[in-house]
Amino acid sequence: MITLTHYMALSALLFSISVAGIFINRKNVILLLMCVELLLLAVNFNFIALSRFMGDATGQVFVFFILTVAAAEAAIGLAIMVVLFRTRRSINVQELDVLKG
Amino acid sequence: MLTLAIFGMLAAVLVTAATGVIVSRNPVHAAMWLVLTFATSAVLWLLLEAEFLAIILVLVYVGAVMVLFLFVVMMLDVNATVAREGFTRYAALGSVIAAIVVGELLALLWLRSSGLPITRPLAGMPDGHSNTREIGLELFGGHVFEFELAAFLLLLAIVAAIMLTHRQRPGLKYQDVSAQVKVRREDRVRLVKMAAERDE
Repeated sequence: MITLTHYMALSALLFSISVAGIFINRKNVILLLMCVELLLLAVNFNFIALSRFMGDATGQVFVFFILTVAAAEAAIGLAIMVVLFRTRRSINVQELDVLKG
Repeated sequence: MLTLAIFGMLAAVLVTAATGVIVSRNPVHAAMWLVLTFATSAVLWLLLEAEFLAIILVLVYVGAVMVLFLFVVMMLDVNATVAREGFTRYAALGSVIAAIVVGELLALLWLRSSGLPITRPLAGMPDGHSNTREIGLELFGGHVFEFELAAFLLLLAIVAAIMLTHRQRPGLKYQDVSAQVKVRREDRVRLVKMAAERDE
Protein backbone atom coordinates (compact mmCIF):
# COMPACT_ATOMS: atom_id res chain seq x y z
CA MET A 1 0.00 0.00 0.00
CA ILE A 2 1.02 3.60 -0.48
CA THR A 3 2.15 5.23 2.71
CA LEU A 4 3.10 8.74 3.72
CA THR A 5 6.77 7.83 3.26
CA HIS A 6 6.27 7.27 -0.46
CA TYR A 7 4.77 10.69 -1.00
CA MET A 8 7.26 12.52 1.20
CA ALA A 9 10.23 10.80 -0.46
CA LEU A 10 8.86 11.73 -3.89
CA SER A 11 8.40 15.30 -2.71
CA ALA A 12 11.98 15.40 -1.39
CA LEU A 13 13.23 14.13 -4.75
CA LEU A 14 11.23 16.75 -6.66
CA PHE A 15 12.46 19.48 -4.32
CA SER A 16 16.12 18.53 -4.78
CA ILE A 17 15.74 18.33 -8.57
CA SER A 18 14.42 21.87 -8.66
CA VAL A 19 17.17 23.10 -6.30
CA ALA A 20 19.68 21.59 -8.74
CA GLY A 21 17.83 23.35 -11.56
CA ILE A 22 18.29 26.71 -9.84
CA PHE A 23 22.04 26.04 -9.70
CA ILE A 24 22.28 24.77 -13.28
CA ASN A 25 20.22 27.42 -15.06
CA ARG A 26 22.12 30.49 -14.02
CA LYS A 27 21.79 32.23 -17.36
CA ASN A 28 18.06 32.22 -17.95
CA VAL A 29 15.46 33.87 -15.73
CA ILE A 30 12.58 32.00 -17.39
CA LEU A 31 14.02 28.64 -16.37
CA LEU A 32 14.67 29.98 -12.87
CA LEU A 33 10.98 30.90 -12.58
CA MET A 34 10.02 27.41 -13.77
CA CYS A 35 12.29 25.91 -11.10
CA VAL A 36 10.58 28.03 -8.44
CA GLU A 37 7.23 26.66 -9.64
CA LEU A 38 8.64 23.14 -9.24
CA LEU A 39 9.79 23.95 -5.69
CA LEU A 40 6.30 25.11 -4.77
CA LEU A 41 4.84 21.96 -6.32
CA ALA A 42 7.08 19.81 -4.12
CA VAL A 43 5.92 21.72 -1.05
CA ASN A 44 2.30 21.25 -2.11
CA PHE A 45 2.90 17.51 -2.35
CA ASN A 46 3.95 17.45 1.31
CA PHE A 47 0.96 19.51 2.38
CA ILE A 48 -1.58 17.35 0.55
CA ALA A 49 -0.04 14.05 1.63
CA LEU A 50 0.12 15.11 5.28
CA SER A 51 -3.39 16.54 5.11
CA ARG A 52 -4.80 13.27 3.81
CA PHE A 53 -2.83 10.94 6.07
CA MET A 54 -3.50 13.01 9.20
CA GLY A 55 -7.15 13.53 8.26
CA ASP A 56 -7.15 17.33 8.44
CA ALA A 57 -8.42 19.42 5.53
CA THR A 58 -6.54 22.56 6.60
CA GLY A 59 -3.48 21.40 4.67
CA GLN A 60 -5.47 21.39 1.45
CA VAL A 61 -6.73 24.92 2.16
CA PHE A 62 -3.12 25.96 2.57
CA VAL A 63 -2.26 24.41 -0.81
CA PHE A 64 -5.10 26.48 -2.27
CA PHE A 65 -3.45 29.66 -0.96
CA ILE A 66 0.00 28.55 -2.15
CA LEU A 67 -1.39 28.03 -5.64
CA THR A 68 -2.91 31.54 -5.54
CA VAL A 69 0.32 33.17 -4.44
CA ALA A 70 2.34 31.16 -6.98
CA ALA A 71 0.07 32.26 -9.82
CA ALA A 72 0.39 35.91 -8.77
CA GLU A 73 4.15 35.50 -8.46
CA ALA A 74 4.43 33.98 -11.94
CA ALA A 75 2.36 36.80 -13.47
CA ILE A 76 4.39 39.58 -11.83
CA GLY A 77 7.70 37.79 -12.42
CA LEU A 78 7.01 37.37 -16.11
CA ALA A 79 5.87 41.00 -16.39
CA ILE A 80 9.12 42.17 -14.76
CA MET A 81 11.03 39.94 -17.17
CA VAL A 82 9.29 41.44 -20.20
CA VAL A 83 10.17 44.96 -19.01
CA LEU A 84 13.73 43.81 -18.32
CA PHE A 85 14.13 42.33 -21.78
CA ARG A 86 12.73 45.53 -23.30
CA THR A 87 15.34 47.71 -21.60
CA ARG A 88 18.38 45.39 -21.50
CA ARG A 89 17.79 43.10 -24.52
CA SER A 90 18.91 40.17 -22.35
CA ILE A 91 17.60 38.01 -19.54
CA ASN A 92 20.97 36.75 -18.37
CA VAL A 93 20.97 36.69 -14.58
CA GLN A 94 24.63 37.57 -14.27
CA GLU A 95 24.22 40.80 -16.23
CA LEU A 96 21.46 42.00 -13.94
CA ASP A 97 23.57 43.71 -11.29
CA VAL A 98 22.03 47.18 -11.09
CA LEU A 99 18.67 48.28 -9.78
CA LYS A 100 18.55 51.29 -12.09
CA GLY A 101 16.12 50.80 -14.96
CA MET B 1 -0.63 -3.49 -4.83
CA LEU B 2 -2.12 -2.10 -8.00
CA THR B 3 -2.16 1.43 -6.56
CA LEU B 4 1.48 1.03 -5.56
CA ALA B 5 2.37 0.04 -9.14
CA ILE B 6 0.45 3.05 -10.49
CA PHE B 7 2.17 5.28 -7.94
CA GLY B 8 5.61 3.98 -8.96
CA MET B 9 4.92 4.54 -12.64
CA LEU B 10 3.64 8.07 -12.07
CA ALA B 11 6.55 8.87 -9.76
CA ALA B 12 9.00 7.76 -12.47
CA VAL B 13 7.24 9.97 -15.03
CA LEU B 14 7.24 12.89 -12.57
CA VAL B 15 10.96 12.64 -11.82
CA THR B 16 11.80 12.26 -15.53
CA ALA B 17 9.68 15.28 -16.44
CA ALA B 18 11.17 17.41 -13.65
CA THR B 19 14.67 16.47 -14.81
CA GLY B 20 13.62 17.39 -18.34
CA VAL B 21 12.58 20.84 -17.13
CA ILE B 22 15.98 21.62 -15.66
CA VAL B 23 18.22 20.14 -18.37
CA SER B 24 16.40 20.94 -21.61
CA ARG B 25 18.23 23.29 -23.93
CA ASN B 26 15.21 25.11 -25.28
CA PRO B 27 12.90 27.09 -22.95
CA VAL B 28 9.85 25.91 -24.96
CA HIS B 29 10.81 22.29 -24.33
CA ALA B 30 11.30 23.09 -20.64
CA ALA B 31 7.79 24.56 -20.55
CA MET B 32 6.35 21.43 -22.17
CA TRP B 33 8.17 19.22 -19.65
CA LEU B 34 6.73 21.40 -16.90
CA VAL B 35 3.23 20.81 -18.31
CA LEU B 36 3.86 17.06 -18.08
CA THR B 37 5.11 17.51 -14.50
CA PHE B 38 1.95 19.34 -13.48
CA ALA B 39 -0.33 16.84 -15.21
CA THR B 40 1.41 13.90 -13.52
CA SER B 41 1.22 15.67 -10.16
CA ALA B 42 -2.50 16.18 -10.68
CA VAL B 43 -2.96 12.44 -11.22
CA LEU B 44 -0.87 11.71 -8.11
CA TRP B 45 -3.11 14.06 -6.11
CA LEU B 46 -6.14 12.23 -7.51
CA LEU B 47 -4.58 9.05 -6.14
CA LEU B 48 -4.61 10.77 -2.73
CA GLU B 49 -8.31 11.63 -3.21
CA ALA B 50 -7.61 15.36 -3.28
CA GLU B 51 -9.78 15.84 -6.35
CA PHE B 52 -10.48 19.55 -6.03
CA LEU B 53 -6.84 20.57 -5.93
CA ALA B 54 -5.96 18.16 -8.76
CA ILE B 55 -8.50 19.83 -11.03
CA ILE B 56 -7.37 23.29 -9.90
CA LEU B 57 -3.78 22.34 -10.71
CA VAL B 58 -4.75 21.33 -14.24
CA LEU B 59 -7.00 24.34 -14.83
CA VAL B 60 -4.84 27.06 -13.28
CA TYR B 61 -1.35 25.76 -13.95
CA VAL B 62 -1.57 23.86 -17.21
CA GLY B 63 -4.34 26.08 -18.51
CA ALA B 64 -3.22 29.54 -17.46
CA VAL B 65 0.26 29.80 -15.96
CA MET B 66 1.98 27.58 -18.51
CA VAL B 67 0.27 29.38 -21.39
CA LEU B 68 1.59 32.63 -19.89
CA PHE B 69 5.08 31.11 -19.72
CA LEU B 70 4.89 29.96 -23.34
CA PHE B 71 3.66 33.40 -24.46
CA VAL B 72 6.59 35.11 -22.74
CA VAL B 73 9.15 32.56 -23.96
CA MET B 74 8.01 33.08 -27.53
CA MET B 75 7.76 36.87 -27.15
CA LEU B 76 11.32 37.21 -25.90
CA ASP B 77 13.71 36.15 -28.61
CA VAL B 78 16.27 34.53 -26.34
CA ASN B 79 19.38 33.06 -27.87
CA ALA B 80 19.40 29.47 -26.57
CA THR B 81 23.12 28.87 -27.03
CA VAL B 82 24.05 31.96 -25.01
CA ALA B 83 21.54 30.97 -22.36
CA ARG B 84 23.23 27.58 -21.93
CA GLU B 85 26.78 28.88 -21.36
CA GLY B 86 28.35 27.51 -18.20
CA PHE B 87 25.94 24.60 -18.10
CA THR B 88 28.59 21.91 -17.61
CA ARG B 89 30.45 24.05 -15.10
CA TYR B 90 27.44 24.30 -12.81
CA ALA B 91 25.96 20.84 -13.52
CA ALA B 92 28.42 19.12 -11.17
CA LEU B 93 27.85 21.65 -8.39
CA GLY B 94 24.09 21.42 -8.91
CA SER B 95 24.01 17.62 -8.70
CA VAL B 96 26.17 17.61 -5.57
CA ILE B 97 23.85 20.09 -3.86
CA ALA B 98 20.77 18.18 -5.02
CA ALA B 99 22.24 14.96 -3.60
CA ILE B 100 22.93 16.70 -0.28
CA VAL B 101 19.41 18.12 -0.13
CA VAL B 102 17.70 14.83 -0.95
CA GLY B 103 19.97 13.02 1.54
CA GLU B 104 19.09 15.47 4.28
CA LEU B 105 15.37 15.32 3.59
CA LEU B 106 15.31 11.51 3.50
CA ALA B 107 17.38 11.34 6.69
CA LEU B 108 14.91 13.71 8.30
CA LEU B 109 12.07 11.49 7.15
CA TRP B 110 13.90 8.43 8.44
CA LEU B 111 14.97 9.76 11.84
CA ARG B 112 12.39 12.31 12.90
CA SER B 113 9.08 10.82 11.83
CA SER B 114 8.08 9.11 15.07
CA GLY B 115 5.03 11.34 15.51
CA LEU B 116 3.76 10.80 11.97
CA PRO B 117 1.56 7.96 10.71
CA ILE B 118 4.44 6.92 8.51
CA THR B 119 3.53 3.31 7.78
CA ARG B 120 -0.24 3.47 8.04
CA PRO B 121 -1.93 2.88 4.68
CA LEU B 122 -4.21 5.55 3.33
CA ALA B 123 -7.74 5.22 4.65
CA GLY B 124 -10.11 5.56 1.71
CA MET B 125 -12.86 8.12 1.95
CA PRO B 126 -16.39 6.76 2.38
CA ASP B 127 -18.78 6.72 -0.59
CA GLY B 128 -20.42 10.04 -1.28
CA HIS B 129 -17.69 12.02 0.43
CA SER B 130 -17.06 15.30 -1.36
CA ASN B 131 -13.55 16.70 -1.24
CA THR B 132 -14.76 20.02 -2.66
CA ARG B 133 -17.38 20.34 0.08
CA GLU B 134 -14.75 19.50 2.73
CA ILE B 135 -12.39 22.20 1.46
CA GLY B 136 -15.23 24.68 1.04
CA LEU B 137 -16.39 24.18 4.62
CA GLU B 138 -12.84 24.62 5.88
CA LEU B 139 -12.17 27.63 3.65
CA PHE B 140 -15.34 29.57 4.39
CA GLY B 141 -15.65 28.28 7.94
CA GLY B 142 -12.46 29.59 9.45
CA HIS B 143 -10.39 31.13 6.72
CA VAL B 144 -12.64 33.81 5.22
CA PHE B 145 -10.20 36.62 5.95
CA GLU B 146 -7.35 34.74 4.29
CA PHE B 147 -9.61 34.06 1.32
CA GLU B 148 -10.35 37.78 0.93
CA LEU B 149 -6.64 38.51 1.28
CA ALA B 150 -5.88 36.06 -1.53
CA ALA B 151 -8.47 37.77 -3.72
CA PHE B 152 -6.87 41.14 -3.00
CA LEU B 153 -3.46 39.69 -3.82
CA LEU B 154 -4.71 38.51 -7.21
CA LEU B 155 -6.16 41.97 -7.92
CA LEU B 156 -2.81 43.47 -6.96
CA ALA B 157 -1.05 41.06 -9.33
CA ILE B 158 -3.34 42.04 -12.20
CA VAL B 159 -2.79 45.78 -11.62
CA ALA B 160 0.96 45.32 -11.18
CA ALA B 161 1.38 43.21 -14.32
CA ILE B 162 -0.58 45.70 -16.42
CA MET B 163 1.25 48.69 -14.96
CA LEU B 164 4.63 47.06 -15.59
CA THR B 165 4.09 46.01 -19.18
CA HIS B 166 1.92 48.87 -20.40
CA ARG B 167 3.96 51.45 -22.27
CA GLN B 168 3.25 54.84 -23.75
CA ARG B 169 5.02 55.08 -27.06
CA PRO B 170 6.16 58.61 -27.87
CA GLY B 171 5.35 60.01 -31.28
CA LEU B 172 2.04 58.25 -31.79
CA LYS B 173 -0.93 60.40 -32.78
CA TYR B 174 -4.04 59.72 -30.70
CA GLN B 175 -7.54 61.14 -31.02
CA ASP B 176 -8.49 63.03 -27.86
CA VAL B 177 -12.24 62.52 -27.87
CA SER B 178 -13.01 64.81 -24.94
CA ALA B 179 -11.07 67.65 -26.51
CA GLN B 180 -12.94 67.04 -29.77
CA VAL B 181 -16.29 67.16 -28.02
CA LYS B 182 -15.47 70.17 -25.86
CA VAL B 183 -14.30 72.36 -28.75
CA ARG B 184 -16.32 75.58 -29.31
CA ARG B 185 -17.00 77.53 -32.42
CA GLU B 186 -14.91 80.48 -31.19
CA ASP B 187 -11.79 78.27 -30.97
CA ARG B 188 -11.84 77.26 -34.58
CA VAL B 189 -13.66 79.87 -36.68
CA ARG B 190 -12.12 83.30 -37.26
CA LEU B 191 -14.16 85.91 -39.10
CA VAL B 192 -12.02 88.23 -41.17
CA LYS B 193 -13.25 91.61 -42.32
CA MET B 194 -11.55 92.91 -45.42
CA ALA B 195 -12.25 95.47 -48.02
CA ALA B 196 -13.85 94.25 -51.21
CA GLU B 197 -11.63 94.26 -54.23
CA ARG B 198 -12.89 95.40 -57.55
CA ASP B 199 -11.41 94.70 -60.92
CA GLU B 200 -11.46 97.77 -63.16
